Amino acid sequence: MSQYISDKKAEELEIKANEARELLIEMLTEAGSGHTAGSLGMADIFTAMYFHILNHDPKNPEQEDRDRLILSNGHITPIRYAVMAMAGYFPIEELKTLRKFGTRLQGHPEKDRLPGVETTSGPLGSGLGQAAGYAYAAKMDGKKFRTYCLMSDGEQDAGATWESAMFAGKYKLSNLTAIIDRNNIQIDGMTENIMPLENLHAKYEAFNWHVLEIDGNNIEAFVDAANEAAAIYEKPTVIIAHTIPGKGIKEIEFDYRWHGIPPGAGPEDIFKKSEQAQKFLAELRTLDGKIESEHQ
Amino acid sequence: MVNKEARLVENILDKSKLEMLATRVGYGKGLVQAGEKDDRVVVLCADLTESTNSHWFAEKFPERFIQVGVAEQNMALVASGMANYGKIPFISSYATFSPGRNNEQIRTNICINNVPVKIAGSHAGISVGPDGATHQALEDIALMRVIPRMVVIVPCDAIEAQKATFAAAFNGQPTYIRLGRAKSPVFTTQDTPFELGKAEIFRDGKDAVIIGCGMLLHNALVAAEELAGEGIDCAVINSHTIKPIDEKTIIEAAQKTGAVVSVEEHQVNGGLGSAVAEVLSKNYPVPQEFIGIQDRFGESGNPNELVEAFGMGVGSIKEAVKKAISRKK
Repeated sequence: MSQYISDKKAEELEIKANEARELLIEMLTEAGSGHTAGSLGMADIFTAMYFHILNHDPKNPEQEDRDRLILSNGHITPIRYAVMAMAGYFPIEELKTLRKFGTRLQGHPEKDRLPGVETTSGPLGSGLGQAAGYAYAAKMDGKKFRTYCLMSDGEQDAGATWESAMFAGKYKLSNLTAIIDRNNIQIDGMTENIMPLENLHAKYEAFNWHVLEIDGNNIEAFVDAANEAAAIYEKPTVIIAHTIPGKGIKEIEFDYRWHGIPPGAGPEDIFKKSEQAQKFLAELRTLDGKIESEHQ
Repeated sequence: MVNKEARLVENILDKSKLEMLATRVGYGKGLVQAGEKDDRVVVLCADLTESTNSHWFAEKFPERFIQVGVAEQNMALVASGMANYGKIPFISSYATFSPGRNNEQIRTNICINNVPVKIAGSHAGISVGPDGATHQALEDIALMRVIPRMVVIVPCDAIEAQKATFAAAFNGQPTYIRLGRAKSPVFTTQDTPFELGKAEIFRDGKDAVIIGCGMLLHNALVAAEELAGEGIDCAVINSHTIKPIDEKTIIEAAQKTGAVVSVEEHQVNGGLGSAVAEVLSKNYPVPQEFIGIQDRFGESGNPNELVEAFGMGVGSIKEAVKKAISRKK
């Protein structure tokens, strides 16, 4: 049981996270391209962020003392867009414009196009340094807001990530919380085959970070970790969030081939079923047996 | 003859009477001046604090100086975050590393992100000297010029570098300032006009125009004077801002003279000469000769001998002017 969130609130957030997954499947299907697996896996953390952890105001996205949420691995931005729309940053209907000409919802997020998006991102290994810059500047000015940086595990391959990790450790940026989506997949395969990351925990500790490991699909565990991070004074904190890529849809879970494709558009026959999105949506709606009839 | 309104120093042609200072010295002074005016100014450095003359700022404003170590990519990223927050960050290193090594971070996180980070690339040009090819940045103007939103400035001496640094602090845009290592003649004065985006006519002339940037402008002025003795009336324009380039001044000079020589301590592919050619081919095509590095890397040597050996000395500039004039229709 969590000290920081009631059972009732946690349950509400779980339902919201699932709604975000449904929106995600619909938007990716409509767009015809985009990243499915990582987005599904991070639905719980984004929901917890926007509906419980962040100090933010969707009606005043530029307020000076807001917490900053830097998304480093910009390719999972569809799930962020979905949760932002649910939180009131823009109309839900706008999600259908994802990746289309003239949209504010660029394939990879752009700061100047959509209020509430703090940084332009996509090229991997660049979020942590920017988040560290925010955190450093905030400390200079005695600001109380927190900076959060969401990263993928794949971008731990990038040298710049570790330059930034060293910097944040040196300057004891305790107002910075990094979150690594440890879903073990990247575009070419499983992370430990492409470029082994373990022992990731020990690596960050060696860079003078406080390290927490949690089940990243457990909202209570994430809320607890985020609160613990805020209480650590001497170091930045990284939460290694073990998530299931494709969480919520059995056919996708832990299959790295779903890293960068949308429902119904994959390279293999299995991904080309026209009814696939409907099937996925049905499965999401019956998650945990909530709507048994739709599954039959 | 020398344009009096440019307020250049007396005895401009006698190198022995001119003060010799590297443009990076002007950068160091400009940082302190900008820091005094506005406490949003912060300086980041990648383990080259004295070499880039960032140390004066660091001594005066230690709380606003950030040492990032040998990590140019992270330096650009941290600066991006700080600028996004509201600071005015300058990032200092050698041009081969910044904007060389961290080019993608500058493109994505500074320019697409549209935040006003100032990039100071020191040790640019062949005049870096004995350090050799690895440390002689000859491609940096091209790298920066092609990125949308980036302002590119190449000061001609230490005084102009100080003015450029101060102006860059407050222009609200991503900005690249190119600096040299070698001591070079100080031939402008505090009274010489300087405005970002506005080229200055240092010498009037009707037969040809030399459009240059950086310390080689002094060679250009000497070349123009010597040509005057041979009956060739050659103008000299200081195009310190390469982007946005001063199209009007360049077109008018081409119309007046009908022959152009570009002069820069940079690859002739993609630098100032290319920028001038882009303007003129669209608006008023005239013969143009390109003084610069001819698609090769540098090597060790002392600055003056390298400048001569790579075809950027006074004699080479004079020949180029004559060739451009001979190509007039």
